[in-house]
Amino acid sequence: MIADVLHPMRKRPDKPEPGFADWLESWHIDIWLLLLLLAVAGIGIFIQYSASGHSIDGVISQAQRVGLGLVVMAVIAQAPPDLYRTVVPWAYLGTIVLLVLVELLGDHAKGAQRWLDLGIIRFQPSEFMKLAMPTTIAAFLHTRRLPPTLLTILVTLALIGLPSALIAKQPDLGTALLIVAAGGFALFLGGLQWRWIIGALLAIGAAAPILWEQLQDYQRQRILTLLDPESDPLGAGYHITQSMIAIGSGGAFGKGWLNGTQAKLDFLPEAHTDFIFAVYSEELGFIGVMLLLVLYLAIVGRCLWIAARAQDTFQRLLAGSLGMTFFIYVFINIGMVIGLLPVVGVPLPLVSYGGTSAVSLLASFGILMSIHTHRKLLAN
Amino acid sequence: MALFGKRRRDALKNVHAERDAFLRRAGVAVLFCFVGVVVLVARLVDLQIVEHEHYQTRADENRMRVTPVAPVRGLIYDRNGSLLAQNQPAFVLEVTPEQVGSREAMDKLLARLQHVITLTDADVTRFKDRVRKSPRYRGVPLRSNLTMEEVARYEIDRYQFPGVEINAGLTRNYPFGASAAHLVGYVGGISEEELRAANESQFLGLTQIGKNGVEKSQEDLLRGEPGAKIIEANAYGRPLRELDYRRGYPGRNLYLSIDTKVQAVAEQAMGNFLGSVVALDPRNGEVIAMVSKPGFDPQLFVGGIDNGTYQTLLNDPQRPLFNRSLQGLYPPGSTVKPAMALAGLEYGVVTPEHTEYCRGEMTLPGSSRKYRCWRRSGHGAVDMLEGVKRSCDIYFYNLATMLGIDRMHEAMTGFGLGHVTGVDLPLEKGGLYPSREWKRKARRENWYPGETLNTGIGQGYVLVTPLQLAQMTARIAMRGDGYKPHVLHAIEDPITRKLSEIQPEPLPKIDLKDNANWDTVIAAMEAVTQEPGGTAYAIGRSAPYRIAAKTGSAQVAGLRQDEVRAPKQEDMPLRLRDHALFIAFAPAEAPRIAVAVMAEHGGHGASIAAPIARQVMDQYLLGYVLYGNENATEASSRVTPSIVPGLPVPPELQQMLQKPVPSGAPAAAAPTPDAPDAAAPEEEDR
Repeated sequence: MIADVLHPMRKRPDKPEPGFADWLESWHIDIWLLLLLLAVAGIGIFIQYSASGHSIDGVISQAQRVGLGLVVMAVIAQAPPDLYRTVVPWAYLGTIVLLVLVELLGDHAKGAQRWLDLGIIRFQPSEFMKLAMPTTIAAFLHTRRLPPTLLTILVTLALIGLPSALIAKQPDLGTALLIVAAGGFALFLGGLQWRWIIGALLAIGAAAPILWEQLQDYQRQRILTLLDPESDPLGAGYHITQSMIAIGSGGAFGKGWLNGTQAKLDFLPEAHTDFIFAVYSEELGFIGVMLLLVLYLAIVGRCLWIAARAQDTFQRLLAGSLGMTFFIYVFINIGMVIGLLPVVGVPLPLVSYGGTSAVSLLASFGILMSIHTHRKLLAN
Repeated sequence: MALFGKRRRDALKNVHAERDAFLRRAGVAVLFCFVGVVVLVARLVDLQIVEHEHYQTRADENRMRVTPVAPVRGLIYDRNGSLLAQNQPAFVLEVTPEQVGSREAMDKLLARLQHVITLTDADVTRFKDRVRKSPRYRGVPLRSNLTMEEVARYEIDRYQFPGVEINAGLTRNYPFGASAAHLVGYVGGISEEELRAANESQFLGLTQIGKNGVEKSQEDLLRGEPGAKIIEANAYGRPLRELDYRRGYPGRNLYLSIDTKVQAVAEQAMGNFLGSVVALDPRNGEVIAMVSKPGFDPQLFVGGIDNGTYQTLLNDPQRPLFNRSLQGLYPPGSTVKPAMALAGLEYGVVTPEHTEYCRGEMTLPGSSRKYRCWRRSGHGAVDMLEGVKRSCDIYFYNLATMLGIDRMHEAMTGFGLGHVTGVDLPLEKGGLYPSREWKRKARRENWYPGETLNTGIGQGYVLVTPLQLAQMTARIAMRGDGYKPHVLHAIEDPITRKLSEIQPEPLPKIDLKDNANWDTVIAAMEAVTQEPGGTAYAIGRSAPYRIAAKTGSAQVAGLRQDEVRAPKQEDMPLRLRDHALFIAFAPAEAPRIAVAVMAEHGGHGASIAAPIARQVMDQYLLGYVLYGNENATEASSRVTPSIVPGLPVPPELQQMLQKPVPSGAPAAAAPTPDAPDAAAPEEEDR
């Protein structure tokens, strides 16, 4: 009996020859997610080579990070979801402490206070919060009756609000937004009543002028720039203008891999990090962009499918929230690169160059795989 | 232990209801994703499909730089194909600061370069100035016009000089130097005003523009059309590779009507005199030679003249930059007398037989002011032929009085005096032939009868250029026909090698009531050189062809009324001596050359200016200078100007230029050396 639970492949005795997918699943790896993630990461590595000016070092470093992320993912997938439900909320508390420490004695990098220097490695606590937040909210809501009561909602909002405010203050608006989105999606999927949702949206609308005052100057400039990027094409609008030129000039079929001019000739800033989507669009065109979007949507779809098949509220909310957060990642990055959203520092998942973001993303897929491959046989 | 414990109230969860609620919310989430993706795709369609061409253009504008490629300037040849202006390869040493590194490295490099290449302080200062102003990846010229030796020395130690490069460019070169400097002109750096005045697109990539002479007047032909290189550059403007090349068109090659051999003879014959020689072909107005003395080295201006040298040239009292042939205004003196005689005949105030009696001086009725002939002792009875031949002032005083200033003005301006000729060279001056009206306007005074007399012998207010005198001579030679003087003979397309000849531009013919009047005056001009007593008999009697001429001496210092006799010119300080003038055409019966010579402070037209004109005509008509070399062999008398071998003359041009040169034995035609010298003028005319 126990063995049956631990080895899902024995669930279908009518299938005599277990395939590779089944073998992987016995190791708690979901083949569909794995293939989709490898496809996106592969595209990322190819376009990284072009965007970084044919830098083999950059490609190797990115491949190493993806590799590390995959190992982390596989390790995380081995543990059952219940473990995360009990352990992660404590880690969440610990991370808040770390965020306060960053606030007090953090390292400055690029004008923002995000890093905590631990002597050996520099650590970005906000990156861990991307995982801790949805897990904690899901774990909390798991213990409550749903749809949530007002008290539950207020506690949830406090759980979301405290770390987000600390991260936004660093300032790292992009990560703060993603964390709010992660917690918020858990609450939404938990059945937050529509009246609260609509009420909150109206309240945000009403409070917009006050929020505006709270923004940093450069953040305000980015929003203004979005409304009219050409107003200052050499200043604040330069990023977005050059990015739109790159994407538009790619056309339907693109200029071909390594043939993009905007990034290669340094017109496009941040080409290998936040703006790598522009490089991809320029070189591979609308067709290539559609392919990438389909891959991303397939990943989101798989996540939601896993959520639908999950066996308790914690797993459902966590899987759904991680999937939707991944979508938000993609949407914010592409939205900002094509000039629909203000420029916030959100990388394109698995494609942009960057260490912690690739690792934390793949870690979240480890949790998803854990949820998917640790299903117990339940009596209907 | 879990952080969140279950409260008892929440323990009784409806698992199925929660799952269904979740699935409904997941459905909403899928819808949310769908809307988000539709928004993204809509925007991407707009950017990549709808607005693709717009962004494609902008991407290209980002990366493409159009770099102009300067056209090669047209060459200038004389009528025989000798090069007057050419493009010579020149080596320029350029340093790219980025490749050199720090400022200390640059100083060390300059110090090392000093060992192989001459660098003046001015070179270094100018270089450092330019380094500051230009991008660091761009080469900055340090020295131009390197010698072959310097290039060789650099090449040997090349490894010592990272970031240093020697580039070959073209620089303008004038093989004839000073002798044709005014005529050919020179090129120099384009000034702001010149660029503003011109269409800037025509000067893309060019740094030089014609500043004077033919280089200036034919700038549009010589320049050519710039080509362009389309360069891919990165965001910092650094050029990376060439994408496209648009061919320009080299400048047209010009064949001038100038004969450099004649030009050289004229230049040599002028010796140290300041002044001008202009030789025209009366049959079409082509300028055969045009010399202005002193000359200057046009090479000084190429690539930019330094201010010190320029100021020296500008402030030189001899005014070397001044083209006396078209800018120098001089009183024409007695050289106007043939034209005056024609006016007298045309208006019927005299006949060829009309005689005046010359006592050496005269007065006008009601005035005690004396008007003197240059020959104080007088010429006695003088008719028109004698008046011209011996240049009797009294005859022409009377003729002027009979004509009156109005008719004189009409006749003499008809010969082009006092007006620009319209020659195809820059900065020509018009001069002045006075009239009653002019004096009223300019001086607010009435015209006095005495001024008519002075004007009648080419003095007083009359100011003309040597070119105008040459044109007047040519029109007399052609019996009224005339052509606008020009130096451009033919234009060659540098690619097709097609040659187009400039058509002479006829001027309105001077129609006389009686064509015999031309014969009368031309005969008188021939007498000047052919008959004993003629003022230019000395140069005419030995010529193997017939010359029709008139001498002239224009007064510079006024003569006091009480001075009965002017001091001898030779005894006067140079700056007070008369200007020596001479006009001539030959052969008298079928004129092929008309010459005007103007030697400032030369003293006497006959002794100074006439021999110069004779040598010019010898060279043009005989192919060598006979005058002064009568006893020498023909071969040794040939002047061999330093002609730089030019490109081969196209056959069609050779045909066009072929002019039968008299082949008759000059020795036989020359008068015997023992011919009586009695005819040598008693005194020089003035």
